[in-house]
Amino acid sequence: MEPLIIEGTPKTPTVRFDAEKGVIEIKGRSIPENSVEFYKPLVDWLEEYKKNPKPKTTVNIQLEYFNTSSSKCILDVFKKLEAIHKAKNEVEINWYYEEDDEDMLEAGEDYESIIRIPFKMIEIVE
Amino acid sequence: MNFSIEDYYADLIDGNVLLAYKGSINTELINNVLDTIESKLQDFNEPSKVRKKVYNVLVESLQNLFHHIDDLPDEYKDDFESRFGILVVSKEGNKYRISTGNFIRNDKIAYLKEKIDQINSSNREELKEMYKFILNHQKLSEKGGGGLGLVDIARKTGNKLKYTFVPFDDEYSFYNLDVFVDEVIEKKNS
Repeated sequence: MEPLIIEGTPKTPTVRFDAEKGVIEIKGRSIPENSVEFYKPLVDWLEEYKKNPKPKTTVNIQLEYFNTSSSKCILDVFKKLEAIHKAKNEVEINWYYEEDDEDMLEAGEDYESIIRIPFKMIEIVE
Repeated sequence: MNFSIEDYYADLIDGNVLLAYKGSINTELINNVLDTIESKLQDFNEPSKVRKKVYNVLVESLQNLFHHIDDLPDEYKDDFESRFGILVVSKEGNKYRISTGNFIRNDKIAYLKEKIDQINSSNREELKEMYKFILNHQKLSEKGGGGLGLVDIARKTGNKLKYTFVPFDDEYSFYNLDVFVDEVIEKKNS
């Protein structure tokens, strides 16, 4: 399966989805006016990956900012991962947040409580 | 017509203003505003926590404007640009104030008022539950986050949303929303 690689912009994150390694990464800022358009290929890719996932998928989410329009799309991404997890595959989710960014930590906790896969909360200390 | 945009705008920019704009709210404007405010906050040496809050809240405020502005009928088009809105970011004492203003159809006011009042009467825990409920249950409209924006702003700032609706004519009012971000942020969970 082809990897999905999208370079970041000031309003959209860097995306690296690698099926061979089983590594899913979203990093940077996600504040586009219309996030559905941006996230559709991510959700489609995961739908395909779900059919034949690695025994272990590692997910690294490291967002500096995201808007509420993105928050729904990010939940869609997590719901695909939840389905992979439910099908008895290991899914490790690492939620990175910058030092002191309680809002970002709390956002991770919100997702964790909705999708029911344990998150590893990782504080980035400069 | 009692409502004067000029007077209203003059009142808003009376203070320590970081940025003031009136005109069409489009993507290019949003990008410019975000860049400008980000570098000003850097210049002020605000701690990253404060910078992030102001930036986050500004993103939501601007995108709310962008998605929800009602266009005025053609007879006003000489007076106002299309997608006309107002944005003022200022500093009042130890708070940042983000004011947005836009025309709104009178028939939408009751719903919006009820929504803001509900947010303002909720505590932190209730806002968290409200946010999670909307996130998990409401369909994303093409217009954006399905009403998450205001809840998110209230959660992040910990302050009440201050609004006014000034009647403009039979069909429209002018809606102003003031959002405050404290410069000194207290630890949550206390």
